[in-house]
Amino acid sequence: MTSPPANPWQVMMTTVRAVTTETPGVQTYDLTFDDAAVTYSFLPGQFNMLYLPGVGESALSVSSDPGDSTKLRHTVRVVGNVTRAMARLRSGDKLGVRGPFGTAWPVDDVRGKDVIVAAGGLGLAPLRPAIYHFIRHRSDYGRVTVLYGARTPEDLLFANEYDVWCAAGLDVQSTVDIGTHDWHGSIGFVTTLLARLTLDPARTTVFTCGPEVMMRFIAAGAVGRGVSASQVFVSLERNMNCAVGLCGHCQFGPTFVCKDGPVVTFDRVRQLLLVENF
Amino acid sequence: MAAPRLAVFKFASCDGCQLSLLDCEDELLKIAEKVEIAYFLEAGPRDATGVYDIGLVEGSITTPHDAERIREVRAQCKYLVTIGACATAGGIQALRNWGDAEEFARQVYARPEYLKTLATSTPISDHVKVDFELRGCPVNKHQLVELISSLLWGRTPHVPRFSVCVECKRRQVVCVAVARGVACLGPVTQAGCEVICPSFARECFGCFGPKEQPNLISLGMRYRDDGHDAEHLTRLVRSYNGYAPEFRDFDPQSLKDS
Amino acid sequence: MIGSVPGANLWLPKPALQGLIDRLRELGYEVVGPRVADGAVTLGEITSLAELPAGVQDEQEPGRYRLKVIESGGYFDHVVGPHSLKPFLFPPRTTVLQVLRVRDSWEAHSPEPPRPKRAVIGVRSCDLHALAIQDRVFLGSTHRDPEYAARREGLFLVAVNCGRSAATCFCVSMDTGPAVTGGADLILTELPDGFVVRVGTEAGGSTLAGLGCQECSPTVLAEAELVPKRAAAQQTRRINPATVHDTLMNNLQHPRWDDVAKRCLSCANCTMVCPTCFCSTVNEVTDLTGEQTTRERVWESCFNEEHSWTGSGAVHPTTKSRYRQWLTHKLATWIDQFGSSGCVGCGRCITWCPVGIDLTEEVAAMEGERK
Repeated sequence: MTSPPANPWQVMMTTVRAVTTETPGVQTYDLTFDDAAVTYSFLPGQFNMLYLPGVGESALSVSSDPGDSTKLRHTVRVVGNVTRAMARLRSGDKLGVRGPFGTAWPVDDVRGKDVIVAAGGLGLAPLRPAIYHFIRHRSDYGRVTVLYGARTPEDLLFANEYDVWCAAGLDVQSTVDIGTHDWHGSIGFVTTLLARLTLDPARTTVFTCGPEVMMRFIAAGAVGRGVSASQVFVSLERNMNCAVGLCGHCQFGPTFVCKDGPVVTFDRVRQLLLVENF
Repeated sequence: MAAPRLAVFKFASCDGCQLSLLDCEDELLKIAEKVEIAYFLEAGPRDATGVYDIGLVEGSITTPHDAERIREVRAQCKYLVTIGACATAGGIQALRNWGDAEEFARQVYARPEYLKTLATSTPISDHVKVDFELRGCPVNKHQLVELISSLLWGRTPHVPRFSVCVECKRRQVVCVAVARGVACLGPVTQAGCEVICPSFARECFGCFGPKEQPNLISLGMRYRDDGHDAEHLTRLVRSYNGYAPEFRDFDPQSLKDS
Repeated sequence: MIGSVPGANLWLPKPALQGLIDRLRELGYEVVGPRVADGAVTLGEITSLAELPAGVQDEQEPGRYRLKVIESGGYFDHVVGPHSLKPFLFPPRTTVLQVLRVRDSWEAHSPEPPRPKRAVIGVRSCDLHALAIQDRVFLGSTHRDPEYAARREGLFLVAVNCGRSAATCFCVSMDTGPAVTGGADLILTELPDGFVVRVGTEAGGSTLAGLGCQECSPTVLAEAELVPKRAAAQQTRRINPATVHDTLMNNLQHPRWDDVAKRCLSCANCTMVCPTCFCSTVNEVTDLTGEQTTRERVWESCFNEEHSWTGSGAVHPTTKSRYRQWLTHKLATWIDQFGSSGCVGCGRCITWCPVGIDLTEEVAAMEGERK
């Protein structure tokens, strides 16, 4: 990993190389660094602050392969000021980057174990780097299962990759909240996929990312099946402004989500997740 | 890309907010380079044809004619911004909403029958959809420049909804409520004025209207306990933004004992 | 000259304090001290002893602050006012990045922070503890705040032992005062005719040369030791630091949060006057030409809606959730994060709350009904 710049505010400029529409309102931006001297690498689950001059910054997880340093990709949904302006970017446009920041999915610590990757909606984006890692190092892991839910079939993110992931030896199961006439797959929440899964709790780790309520149910479901709460990892979303623990916005109890998170163990946050508006 | 067309419209108001735009001076030249000021009677341009990208509306609705005209203005503007207390909350003239406008007219005018006026003064948003509001009596010129700059750069304007107190403290201004015991509306008023009054040891009188989630009851009880009577508090809160919902709903007479 | 090594106690006659101000100015320091402005004892540049608030005492109550003048009083009879060291190190408004359009791209650079030499006279024990807390926040982890670091280097501190407490002070219970135990270059104790000066650092000791310092008699030293003890004895408010963490964290659903939310204005005054609160936001400040933009950092507060804004709304949408965030952070989770409380018992949040909300009372209410 690169060492952080001495000045946490300094931005590295990148060029947008491609903009791909994934699902309605969600686009993937391929970026390359303008300064050839920049050696950038990240760990799966980490995020960058993406900066559009004149508009502002937004904290966004990296969605590309951590093993391929030639590509930096972010998969982004329009939700606010910066992401709305980003949607206007075209190939050749400039985007600033600070990062990478935050904790990662502990892919090295769970070697030899079964891994359940449970994602909802855009929550698959920060998990895709971990999926790529499992594929690159397939023999290091036991069963790897991807459980993924979206609102409708057309909201299923990275749908054209599922076959590749399956071919690489992953079990990929998807579900939607609302089906369509040509949808023959599962209907229901990701939690129902988890409930149907046979698992060996002693050798299972869960990585989950999605709406907070979904992660809570996935985590509770896994713990209910005997998985240790310290082996369930969630990725939290809070307001990130400085990304280095200096601005105070992202606090969740004792956790600075920007530096102690976004990936944390469920047992660290399970009590506080139950407190409304905390 | 053609420069966005800007129009400035006036309804019932004192023209002070339009003056704030003219008061931008240096920035005004830059604005004129980037924006086509198509319709701005107070400054000259009167190209009343076609559609405007940005419409700035000053003033409140007080006549049947204005109630019609604002619909036409809305139809002409892609992005409609109300500027100032009159346009966003009805202005000082909304005091008539607690009185009898006809009776006021009889007192003031020799031939009140020539007047065509409504019984109330209401904000623009009571009549048409408003895309953004700039508060203040008058608006702050930096917020005006920020509004136009943000539209040019393609982002939402940064206009905080927090209290005047935040700005006072950032400027290290000593709190007049705590250190002088005056009834100051700063804790319930939206920032943006650059704390002109507290900087001169005067209380805030709410030019920028209610902050996000203002707690007038708690503040009112405190001031009442400090010896400010209900009449004083009513006068304080019923001024430029008296008709803004959170200020309007506050009745100092009905404060319970703490 | 008699020994001015760290730990030494010397006697400085009152008028000789002017010599210290002059000496610091000669050394290139801007000298900041307490003076009366706008109805309060505030911090600002001073050049002369005459500017110090001689005989001025502050009466502080929840939501109330008034000054009175006592005949033949001392220079430091006041306690802490609305200002603290915070803005000198963590300015309310500062530029963190300047960005210029260059051809089809942007050049961004973070401006070199200013490195002012500043001496502050009259700093109290609670504020020295607050400084140590902010040092941990801004300098204690992987990413150091460059501006804070630059400003911190040039800071020279002349502390004063408090001789009285305001009604809102509770440093005794937080173990942060009123006696200064370290963290300053010089430590003064004011007596009727002069000061006992304890040397805190070598840099502090070296400024005393030629100022007419004399040796301290044991009687004077004994008298000086009584000064902060007098202040301590006056305090009535307290928080129990041993229990407060669990009291708050085990009572996150306590009805008292609803009760305080009825009184709280979410005006953010408490966080702004707090000498340890460090929240900030970086805003984009653009020009009209489209050629340059600046990223400006300003003080922010957990009482503001924007503070917790995410794509799916505010995490803390209500006054209740914001007050709870503030108090639990200040008194409980701060300990988890930085190994110490975020509160130094200075009482500013009590005095400068327009409706006089008193955190010691809020904690006591929850202590009383501890589950």
